[in-house]
Amino acid sequence: MSTETAEKAIIVKDSEALLSKRRKKLVTDPLVDDNPITIQVLGICSALAVTTQMQPTLVMALSVIFVIVMSNLTISLLRNKIPGRVRIIVQLAVVATLVTLVNEVLKAFAYDMYKELSVFVGLIITNCIVMGRLEAFALGNKPYDSILDGFGSALGYSWIILTVAFFRELWGSGSIFGIPVFDYVSGLFGEDFNLATNGLMVSPVGAFIILGLLIWIQRSKTGYVEN
Amino acid sequence: MQQSNAYIITFSIILTVVLGLLLSGTSEVLKPIQKKAEELDTKKQILGAVLPAEKIAEMKPEEVNEFYAGRITSTVVNIKGEEVEEQDGAKVTAETVDVGKNYKKDPEERLFPVFIFLEEESEGAAIAYVLPVYGNGLWDKIWGFVALKTDMDTIEGVTFSHAGETPGLGARITTLDVQQRYKNKTIYNEDGELVSVYMQKGEGKDYSNDPHKIDGLSGATITGDGVNKMLKNYLNYYQSYMDKKKEGSSKVAMN
Repeated sequence: MSTETAEKAIIVKDSEALLSKRRKKLVTDPLVDDNPITIQVLGICSALAVTTQMQPTLVMALSVIFVIVMSNLTISLLRNKIPGRVRIIVQLAVVATLVTLVNEVLKAFAYDMYKELSVFVGLIITNCIVMGRLEAFALGNKPYDSILDGFGSALGYSWIILTVAFFRELWGSGSIFGIPVFDYVSGLFGEDFNLATNGLMVSPVGAFIILGLLIWIQRSKTGYVEN
Repeated sequence: MQQSNAYIITFSIILTVVLGLLLSGTSEVLKPIQKKAEELDTKKQILGAVLPAEKIAEMKPEEVNEFYAGRITSTVVNIKGEEVEEQDGAKVTAETVDVGKNYKKDPEERLFPVFIFLEEESEGAAIAYVLPVYGNGLWDKIWGFVALKTDMDTIEGVTFSHAGETPGLGARITTLDVQQRYKNKTIYNEDGELVSVYMQKGEGKDYSNDPHKIDGLSGATITGDGVNKMLKNYLNYYQSYMDKKKEGSSKVAMN
Protein backbone atom coordinates (compact mmCIF):
# COMPACT_ATOMS: atom_id res chain seq x y z
CA MET A 1 0.00 0.00 0.00
CA SER A 2 1.44 3.38 -0.92
CA THR A 3 1.37 6.09 1.65
CA GLU A 4 2.55 9.62 1.38
CA THR A 5 4.58 9.34 4.48
CA ALA A 6 7.88 7.80 3.72
CA GLU A 7 7.75 4.49 5.44
CA LYS A 8 11.02 2.85 6.11
CA ALA A 9 11.10 -0.72 7.14
CA ILE A 10 12.00 -0.12 10.74
CA ILE A 11 13.85 -3.13 11.99
CA VAL A 12 15.38 -1.91 15.18
CA LYS A 13 16.98 -4.61 17.17
CA ASP A 14 14.88 -4.95 20.25
CA SER A 15 17.38 -5.32 23.01
CA GLU A 16 15.01 -4.28 25.76
CA ALA A 17 14.22 -7.01 28.24
CA LEU A 18 10.83 -8.67 27.81
CA LEU A 19 9.75 -7.20 31.12
CA SER A 20 12.03 -4.25 31.62
CA LYS A 21 11.44 -1.66 34.28
CA ARG A 22 9.70 0.64 31.83
CA ARG A 23 7.42 -2.14 30.64
CA LYS A 24 6.57 -3.23 34.15
CA LYS A 25 5.55 0.32 34.82
CA LEU A 26 3.16 0.14 31.84
CA VAL A 27 1.30 -2.65 33.60
CA THR A 28 1.58 -1.52 37.21
CA ASP A 29 0.95 2.20 36.82
CA PRO A 30 -2.75 1.89 35.97
CA LEU A 31 -3.27 -0.44 38.94
CA VAL A 32 -3.04 2.29 41.55
CA ASP A 33 -1.21 5.49 40.64
CA ASP A 34 -3.00 6.03 37.36
CA ASN A 35 -6.06 3.87 37.84
CA PRO A 36 -8.64 4.39 35.09
CA ILE A 37 -11.56 4.38 37.50
CA THR A 38 -10.32 5.95 40.72
CA ILE A 39 -7.89 8.50 39.26
CA GLN A 40 -9.00 9.11 35.69
CA VAL A 41 -12.65 8.48 36.62
CA LEU A 42 -13.40 6.66 33.38
CA GLY A 43 -15.68 3.68 32.84
CA ILE A 44 -17.86 4.61 35.80
CA CYS A 45 -21.10 3.64 34.04
CA SER A 46 -20.37 -0.06 33.84
CA ALA A 47 -18.59 0.00 37.22
CA LEU A 48 -21.89 1.02 38.77
CA ALA A 49 -24.16 -1.14 36.71
CA VAL A 50 -22.72 -4.64 36.60
CA THR A 51 -21.22 -4.84 40.06
CA THR A 52 -24.17 -6.23 42.04
CA GLN A 53 -22.68 -9.72 41.89
CA MET A 54 -19.21 -11.17 41.50
CA GLN A 55 -19.87 -13.58 38.66
CA PRO A 56 -21.18 -11.18 36.02
CA THR A 57 -18.56 -8.69 37.13
CA LEU A 58 -15.83 -11.23 36.49
CA VAL A 59 -17.20 -11.94 33.01
CA MET A 60 -17.39 -8.20 32.37
CA ALA A 61 -13.80 -7.74 33.57
CA LEU A 62 -12.54 -10.54 31.33
CA SER A 63 -14.45 -9.09 28.36
CA VAL A 64 -12.95 -5.66 28.94
CA ILE A 65 -9.44 -7.12 29.27
CA PHE A 66 -9.92 -8.97 25.98
CA VAL A 67 -11.32 -5.94 24.16
CA ILE A 68 -8.69 -3.48 25.39
CA VAL A 69 -5.73 -5.77 24.77
CA MET A 70 -6.90 -6.85 21.32
CA SER A 71 -7.88 -3.37 20.18
CA ASN A 72 -4.62 -1.93 21.47
CA LEU A 73 -2.74 -4.63 19.55
CA THR A 74 -4.72 -4.11 16.34
CA ILE A 75 -4.45 -0.35 16.37
CA SER A 76 -0.77 -0.51 17.25
CA LEU A 77 -0.09 -2.87 14.35
CA LEU A 78 -1.95 -0.55 12.00
CA ARG A 79 -0.67 2.68 13.54
CA ASN A 80 1.44 3.69 10.55
CA LYS A 81 -1.30 2.82 8.09
CA ILE A 82 -4.29 4.46 9.76
CA PRO A 83 -5.12 7.79 8.08
CA GLY A 84 -4.99 10.50 10.74
CA ARG A 85 -8.21 12.12 9.62
CA VAL A 86 -10.38 9.06 10.12
CA ARG A 87 -8.52 7.47 13.01
CA ILE A 88 -11.34 7.78 15.53
CA ILE A 89 -13.74 5.98 13.21
CA VAL A 90 -11.17 3.29 12.54
CA GLN A 91 -10.68 2.82 16.28
CA LEU A 92 -14.42 2.67 16.82
CA ALA A 93 -14.84 0.10 14.06
CA VAL A 94 -12.15 -2.13 15.56
CA VAL A 95 -13.53 -1.82 19.09
CA ALA A 96 -17.10 -2.38 17.95
CA THR A 97 -16.08 -5.51 16.06
CA LEU A 98 -14.28 -6.94 19.08
CA VAL A 99 -17.21 -6.16 21.36
CA THR A 100 -19.63 -7.82 18.96
CA LEU A 101 -17.39 -10.87 18.90
CA VAL A 102 -17.44 -11.06 22.70
CA ASN A 103 -21.21 -10.69 22.66
CA GLU A 104 -21.66 -13.47 20.09
CA VAL A 105 -19.38 -15.84 21.98
CA LEU A 106 -21.21 -15.16 25.25
CA LYS A 107 -24.54 -15.75 23.52
CA ALA A 108 -23.35 -19.12 22.27
CA PHE A 109 -21.52 -20.43 25.32
CA ALA A 110 -22.90 -18.56 28.32
CA TYR A 111 -26.46 -17.66 27.46
CA ASP A 112 -27.50 -16.86 31.03
CA MET A 113 -24.56 -14.52 31.40
CA TYR A 114 -25.39 -12.98 28.04
CA LYS A 115 -28.89 -12.23 29.26
CA GLU A 116 -27.70 -10.83 32.54
CA LEU A 117 -25.03 -8.56 31.13
CA SER A 118 -27.29 -7.61 28.20
CA VAL A 119 -26.51 -4.06 27.17
CA PHE A 120 -23.37 -3.69 29.24
CA VAL A 121 -21.19 -5.83 27.02
CA GLY A 122 -22.32 -3.69 24.09
CA LEU A 123 -21.51 -0.61 26.10
CA ILE A 124 -17.85 -1.60 26.34
CA ILE A 125 -17.68 0.26 23.02
CA THR A 126 -18.40 3.49 24.81
CA ASN A 127 -16.14 2.67 27.74
CA CYS A 128 -13.79 5.64 27.68
CA ILE A 129 -10.91 3.51 28.90
CA VAL A 130 -10.80 1.62 25.60
CA MET A 131 -10.78 4.63 23.30
CA GLY A 132 -8.56 6.48 25.72
CA ARG A 133 -5.82 3.87 25.57
CA LEU A 134 -6.05 3.67 21.80
CA GLU A 135 -5.69 7.43 21.36
CA ALA A 136 -3.15 7.96 24.09
CA PHE A 137 -0.96 4.93 23.66
CA ALA A 138 -1.56 2.40 20.90
CA LEU A 139 -1.42 4.98 18.08
CA GLY A 140 2.15 5.90 18.98
CA ASN A 141 3.70 2.75 20.39
CA LYS A 142 4.84 -0.68 19.34
CA PRO A 143 2.48 -3.71 19.56
CA TYR A 144 4.08 -5.43 22.53
CA ASP A 145 4.15 -2.27 24.62
CA SER A 146 0.57 -1.55 23.62
CA ILE A 147 -0.52 -4.99 24.78
CA LEU A 148 1.12 -4.41 28.15
CA ASP A 149 -0.40 -0.96 28.44
CA GLY A 150 -3.86 -2.24 27.57
CA PHE A 151 -3.52 -5.15 29.96
CA GLY A 152 -2.46 -2.81 32.75
CA SER A 153 -5.37 -0.45 32.24
CA ALA A 154 -7.86 -3.30 31.95
CA LEU A 155 -6.46 -4.87 35.10
CA GLY A 156 -6.75 -1.53 36.90
CA TYR A 157 -10.39 -1.40 35.82
CA SER A 158 -11.00 -5.05 36.72
CA TRP A 159 -9.69 -5.06 40.26
CA ILE A 160 -11.72 -2.00 41.10
CA ILE A 161 -15.00 -3.37 39.77
CA LEU A 162 -14.32 -6.75 41.38
CA THR A 163 -13.68 -5.07 44.72
CA VAL A 164 -16.87 -3.06 44.42
CA ALA A 165 -18.75 -6.21 43.44
CA PHE A 166 -17.27 -8.13 46.37
CA PHE A 167 -18.64 -5.70 48.92
CA ARG A 168 -21.91 -5.17 47.11
CA GLU A 169 -22.64 -8.87 46.84
CA LEU A 170 -21.48 -9.54 50.39
CA TRP A 171 -23.49 -6.79 52.02
CA GLY A 172 -26.36 -6.68 49.54
CA SER A 173 -27.04 -10.37 49.00
CA GLY A 174 -24.97 -11.94 51.77
CA SER A 175 -23.02 -14.10 49.36
CA ILE A 176 -19.80 -14.30 47.36
CA PHE A 177 -19.96 -15.80 43.86
CA GLY A 178 -23.44 -16.99 44.79
CA ILE A 179 -22.18 -18.84 47.88
CA PRO A 180 -24.34 -17.77 50.84
CA VAL A 181 -21.58 -16.63 53.19
CA PHE A 182 -23.94 -14.90 55.60
CA ASP A 183 -25.95 -18.09 56.09
CA TYR A 184 -22.83 -20.06 56.94
CA VAL A 185 -21.64 -17.43 59.38
CA SER A 186 -25.05 -17.27 61.02
CA GLY A 187 -25.05 -21.04 61.21
CA LEU A 188 -21.70 -21.05 63.01
CA PHE A 189 -22.82 -18.76 65.78
CA GLY A 190 -26.24 -20.25 66.35
CA GLU A 191 -29.69 -18.94 65.60
CA ASP A 192 -29.54 -15.77 67.66
CA PHE A 193 -26.73 -14.47 65.51
CA ASN A 194 -28.29 -13.09 62.38
CA LEU A 195 -26.55 -11.09 59.67
CA ALA A 196 -28.93 -8.84 57.78
CA THR A 197 -28.39 -7.83 54.15
CA ASN A 198 -28.64 -4.24 53.04
CA GLY A 199 -30.91 -3.54 50.08
CA LEU A 200 -29.11 -0.28 49.41
CA MET A 201 -26.06 -2.21 48.26
CA VAL A 202 -28.01 -3.91 45.49
CA SER A 203 -29.10 -0.60 44.00
CA PRO A 204 -26.62 1.60 42.07
CA VAL A 205 -26.43 3.87 45.10
CA GLY A 206 -24.44 1.16 46.86
CA ALA A 207 -21.87 1.19 44.07
CA PHE A 208 -21.51 4.96 44.37
CA ILE A 209 -20.88 4.70 48.08
CA ILE A 210 -18.33 1.89 47.82
CA LEU A 211 -16.57 3.50 44.89
CA GLY A 212 -16.45 6.79 46.77
CA LEU A 213 -14.97 5.07 49.81
CA LEU A 214 -12.40 3.30 47.64
CA ILE A 215 -11.33 6.56 46.03
CA TRP A 216 -11.19 8.21 49.44
CA ILE A 217 -8.98 5.49 50.93
CA GLN A 218 -6.75 5.44 47.89
CA ARG A 219 -6.27 9.19 47.72
CA SER A 220 -5.62 9.57 51.41
CA LYS A 221 -2.85 7.00 51.03
CA THR A 222 -1.28 8.27 47.81
CA GLY A 223 -1.89 11.93 48.57
CA TYR A 224 -3.26 12.44 45.07
CA VAL A 225 -5.04 15.77 44.61
CA GLU A 226 -6.95 16.81 41.54
CA ASN A 227 -5.81 20.07 40.01
CA MET B 1 0.38 12.51 8.50
CA GLN B 2 -1.75 13.79 5.69
CA GLN B 3 -2.89 11.12 3.29
CA SER B 4 -4.70 11.47 0.00
CA ASN B 5 -8.44 10.97 -0.15
CA ALA B 6 -7.94 7.93 -2.34
CA TYR B 7 -5.82 6.32 0.35
CA ILE B 8 -8.35 7.09 3.06
CA ILE B 9 -11.20 5.65 1.02
CA THR B 10 -9.25 2.53 0.07
CA PHE B 11 -8.22 2.03 3.69
CA SER B 12 -11.79 2.41 4.89
CA ILE B 13 -13.13 -0.01 2.31
CA ILE B 14 -10.54 -2.66 3.12
CA LEU B 15 -11.14 -2.24 6.85
CA THR B 16 -14.89 -2.52 6.40
CA VAL B 17 -14.62 -5.65 4.28
CA VAL B 18 -12.18 -7.35 6.65
CA LEU B 19 -14.21 -6.56 9.77
CA GLY B 20 -17.45 -7.44 8.00
CA LEU B 21 -16.13 -10.83 6.94
CA LEU B 22 -14.83 -11.49 10.43
CA LEU B 23 -18.18 -10.70 12.01
CA SER B 24 -20.36 -12.56 9.53
CA GLY B 25 -17.99 -15.52 9.68
CA THR B 26 -18.21 -15.71 13.46
CA SER B 27 -21.94 -15.30 13.36
CA GLU B 28 -22.29 -18.18 10.89
CA VAL B 29 -20.06 -20.47 12.91
CA LEU B 30 -21.75 -19.72 16.23
CA LYS B 31 -25.35 -19.66 14.98
CA PRO B 32 -26.20 -23.35 15.58
CA ILE B 33 -24.73 -23.19 19.09
CA GLN B 34 -26.61 -19.98 19.84
CA LYS B 35 -29.82 -21.51 18.58
CA LYS B 36 -29.44 -24.44 20.93
CA ALA B 37 -28.72 -22.10 23.81
CA GLU B 38 -31.84 -20.09 22.98
CA GLU B 39 -34.03 -23.20 22.78
CA LEU B 40 -32.72 -24.39 26.10
CA ASP B 41 -33.43 -20.98 27.55
CA THR B 42 -37.02 -21.08 26.29
CA LYS B 43 -37.51 -24.50 27.85
CA LYS B 44 -36.12 -23.18 31.10
CA GLN B 45 -38.55 -20.29 30.97
CA ILE B 46 -41.50 -22.61 30.35
CA LEU B 47 -40.42 -24.84 33.21
CA GLY B 48 -39.72 -21.76 35.29
CA ALA B 49 -43.42 -20.99 35.35
CA VAL B 50 -44.19 -24.30 37.06
CA LEU B 51 -41.04 -25.25 38.92
CA PRO B 52 -39.11 -23.48 41.67
CA ALA B 53 -36.15 -21.54 40.28
CA GLU B 54 -33.59 -23.30 42.46
CA LYS B 55 -34.57 -26.62 40.96
CA ILE B 56 -33.99 -25.38 37.42
CA ALA B 57 -30.72 -23.72 38.39
CA GLU B 58 -29.46 -27.08 39.61
CA MET B 59 -30.33 -28.91 36.40
CA LYS B 60 -27.72 -29.50 33.74
CA PRO B 61 -28.71 -28.71 30.12
CA GLU B 62 -29.31 -32.39 29.31
CA GLU B 63 -31.46 -32.78 32.39
CA VAL B 64 -33.56 -29.80 31.38
CA ASN B 65 -34.09 -31.32 27.95
CA GLU B 66 -34.95 -34.69 29.44
CA PHE B 67 -37.31 -33.26 32.03
CA TYR B 68 -38.97 -31.11 29.40
CA ALA B 69 -39.44 -34.06 27.07
CA GLY B 70 -40.95 -36.20 29.84
CA ARG B 71 -43.22 -33.73 31.59
CA ILE B 72 -44.30 -31.19 28.99
CA THR B 73 -46.67 -31.92 26.18
CA SER B 74 -47.90 -29.21 23.89
CA THR B 75 -50.62 -28.24 21.50
CA VAL B 76 -51.44 -25.27 19.30
CA VAL B 77 -54.81 -23.56 19.30
CA ASN B 78 -56.44 -20.70 17.42
CA ILE B 79 -58.49 -17.85 18.83
CA LYS B 80 -61.60 -20.07 18.94
CA GLY B 81 -59.78 -22.54 21.11
CA GLU B 82 -59.70 -25.19 18.41
CA GLU B 83 -56.57 -27.26 18.10
CA VAL B 84 -54.58 -26.56 14.99
CA GLU B 85 -52.36 -29.19 13.49
CA GLU B 86 -51.61 -27.72 10.10
CA GLN B 87 -51.25 -24.28 8.64
CA ASP B 88 -50.55 -23.54 4.99
CA GLY B 89 -49.84 -27.23 4.46
CA ALA B 90 -47.11 -27.29 7.07
CA LYS B 91 -47.34 -29.14 10.34
CA VAL B 92 -47.34 -26.87 13.35
CA THR B 93 -45.99 -27.68 16.77
CA ALA B 94 -45.98 -25.44 19.81
CA GLU B 95 -42.18 -25.32 19.85
CA THR B 96 -41.97 -24.00 16.30
CA VAL B 97 -44.64 -21.31 16.63
CA ASP B 98 -42.91 -17.94 16.82
CA VAL B 99 -45.11 -15.95 19.17
CA GLY B 100 -43.31 -12.74 18.21
CA LYS B 101 -44.05 -13.22 14.50
CA ASN B 102 -47.65 -14.14 15.24
CA TYR B 103 -47.97 -10.98 17.28
CA LYS B 104 -47.79 -8.95 14.06
CA LYS B 105 -50.78 -10.80 12.59
CA ASP B 106 -54.43 -10.17 13.27
CA PRO B 107 -55.45 -12.02 16.48
CA GLU B 108 -58.00 -14.01 14.43
CA GLU B 109 -55.20 -15.51 12.35
CA ARG B 110 -52.66 -16.06 15.07
CA LEU B 111 -51.58 -19.41 16.42
CA PHE B 112 -51.39 -19.82 20.17
CA PRO B 113 -49.16 -22.51 21.60
CA VAL B 114 -50.09 -24.22 24.86
CA PHE B 115 -47.58 -26.13 26.95
CA ILE B 116 -49.13 -28.64 29.31
CA PHE B 117 -47.27 -29.66 32.44
CA LEU B 118 -48.00 -33.27 33.33
CA GLU B 119 -47.91 -35.27 36.50
CA GLU B 120 -45.03 -37.54 37.29
CA GLU B 121 -46.21 -40.53 35.25
CA SER B 122 -45.54 -40.21 31.58
CA GLU B 123 -49.23 -40.34 30.67
CA GLY B 124 -50.25 -38.40 33.74
CA ALA B 125 -52.95 -35.79 33.98
CA ALA B 126 -52.25 -32.12 33.46
CA ILE B 127 -51.16 -30.11 36.47
CA ALA B 128 -50.81 -26.74 34.80
CA TYR B 129 -51.23 -25.03 31.45
CA VAL B 130 -48.35 -22.79 30.43
CA LEU B 131 -49.41 -20.02 28.05
CA PRO B 132 -46.92 -17.81 26.20
CA VAL B 133 -47.58 -14.07 26.33
CA TYR B 134 -46.01 -11.31 24.28
CA GLY B 135 -46.12 -7.53 24.15
CA ASN B 136 -44.26 -4.26 24.32
CA GLY B 137 -42.39 -2.82 27.25
CA LEU B 138 -40.94 0.65 27.36
CA TRP B 139 -38.06 0.23 24.90
CA ASP B 140 -38.54 -3.10 23.23
CA LYS B 141 -40.54 -6.32 23.22
CA ILE B 142 -41.29 -8.24 26.38
CA TRP B 143 -42.55 -11.80 26.59
CA GLY B 144 -43.11 -14.55 29.05
CA PHE B 145 -45.07 -17.59 30.16
CA VAL B 146 -48.05 -17.75 32.47
CA ALA B 147 -48.85 -21.07 34.11
CA LEU B 148 -52.49 -21.57 35.10
CA LYS B 149 -53.70 -24.31 37.37
CA THR B 150 -56.28 -26.71 35.98
CA ASP B 151 -59.12 -24.53 37.26
CA MET B 152 -57.90 -22.12 34.55
CA ASP B 153 -58.16 -19.33 37.06
CA THR B 154 -55.32 -19.51 39.59
CA ILE B 155 -51.83 -18.54 38.49
CA GLU B 156 -49.30 -21.24 39.27
CA GLY B 157 -46.36 -19.09 38.28
CA VAL B 158 -45.00 -16.73 35.64
CA THR B 159 -41.70 -16.03 33.93
CA PHE B 160 -40.96 -12.84 32.04
CA SER B 161 -38.17 -11.86 29.70
CA HIS B 162 -37.33 -8.66 27.92
CA ALA B 163 -35.15 -7.44 25.09
CA GLY B 164 -34.16 -4.00 26.26
CA GLU B 165 -35.87 -2.76 29.41
CA THR B 166 -33.86 -0.48 31.68
CA PRO B 167 -31.57 -2.51 33.94
CA GLY B 168 -32.51 -2.09 37.58
CA LEU B 169 -35.93 -0.68 36.69
CA GLY B 170 -38.08 -2.36 34.02
CA ALA B 171 -35.62 -5.22 33.68
CA ARG B 172 -36.67 -6.31 37.15
CA ILE B 173 -39.61 -8.15 35.58
CA THR B 174 -37.15 -11.01 35.06
CA THR B 175 -36.35 -11.29 38.75
CA LEU B 176 -37.79 -14.03 40.90
CA ASP B 177 -38.89 -11.50 43.49
CA VAL B 178 -41.25 -9.79 41.04
CA GLN B 179 -42.48 -12.97 39.39
CA GLN B 180 -43.35 -14.51 42.76
CA ARG B 181 -45.89 -11.75 43.29
CA TYR B 182 -48.15 -13.35 40.66
CA LYS B 183 -48.30 -16.69 42.40
CA ASN B 184 -51.82 -17.78 43.45
CA LYS B 185 -53.49 -14.66 42.08
CA THR B 186 -56.63 -15.31 40.07
CA ILE B 187 -57.63 -13.98 36.67
CA TYR B 188 -61.44 -14.25 36.89
CA ASN B 189 -63.52 -12.13 39.25
CA GLU B 190 -66.54 -13.34 41.23
CA ASP B 191 -68.89 -12.69 38.29
CA GLY B 192 -66.80 -14.94 36.07
CA GLU B 193 -65.38 -12.09 34.02
CA LEU B 194 -61.79 -12.22 32.87
CA VAL B 195 -60.06 -9.37 34.67
CA SER B 196 -56.45 -10.60 34.57
CA VAL B 197 -53.92 -9.50 37.19
CA TYR B 198 -52.78 -5.92 37.32
CA MET B 199 -49.46 -4.62 38.45
CA GLN B 200 -50.09 -1.38 40.29
CA LYS B 201 -48.25 1.92 40.06
CA GLY B 202 -45.75 2.49 42.85
CA GLU B 203 -44.08 -0.06 45.02
CA GLY B 204 -44.15 -1.24 48.60
CA LYS B 205 -47.86 -1.77 49.19
CA ASP B 206 -49.39 -5.01 50.32
CA TYR B 207 -51.90 -6.49 47.88
CA SER B 208 -52.04 -9.95 49.34
CA ASN B 209 -55.78 -9.58 50.00
CA ASP B 210 -56.62 -8.56 46.45
CA PRO B 211 -56.60 -11.54 44.07
CA HIS B 212 -56.21 -9.35 40.95
CA LYS B 213 -53.61 -6.81 42.00
CA ILE B 214 -49.90 -7.06 42.64
CA ASP B 215 -47.29 -4.62 43.87
CA GLY B 216 -45.73 -2.46 41.15
CA LEU B 217 -42.22 -1.60 40.07
CA SER B 218 -40.96 1.72 41.29
CA GLY B 219 -39.53 3.67 38.37
CA ALA B 220 -40.86 1.29 35.76
CA THR B 221 -44.52 2.20 35.39
CA ILE B 222 -44.49 1.91 31.60
CA THR B 223 -42.91 -1.53 31.66
CA GLY B 224 -45.52 -2.51 34.26
CA ASP B 225 -48.29 -1.23 31.99
CA GLY B 226 -46.77 -3.27 29.17
CA VAL B 227 -46.85 -6.39 31.31
CA ASN B 228 -50.47 -5.72 32.30
CA LYS B 229 -51.53 -5.22 28.69
CA MET B 230 -49.64 -8.28 27.57
CA LEU B 231 -51.33 -10.48 30.20
CA LYS B 232 -54.80 -9.11 29.58
CA ASN B 233 -54.47 -9.46 25.80
CA TYR B 234 -53.18 -12.97 25.77
CA LEU B 235 -55.46 -14.30 28.50
CA ASN B 236 -58.31 -12.98 26.36
CA TYR B 237 -56.98 -14.73 23.29
CA TYR B 238 -56.80 -17.99 25.20
CA GLN B 239 -60.23 -17.54 26.74
CA SER B 240 -62.09 -19.89 24.39
CA TYR B 241 -59.49 -22.56 24.95
CA MET B 242 -59.73 -22.07 28.70
CA ASP B 243 -63.54 -22.23 28.59
CA LYS B 244 -63.36 -25.52 26.73
CA LYS B 245 -60.92 -26.94 29.22
CA LYS B 246 -63.12 -25.82 32.10
CA GLU B 247 -66.21 -27.41 30.56
CA GLY B 248 -64.21 -30.57 30.05
CA SER B 249 -63.06 -30.74 33.63
CA SER B 250 -66.48 -29.93 35.09
CA LYS B 251 -67.97 -32.75 33.00
CA VAL B 252 -65.41 -35.11 34.44
CA ALA B 253 -66.34 -33.90 37.90
CA MET B 254 -70.03 -34.57 37.26
CA ASN B 255 -69.35 -38.10 36.09
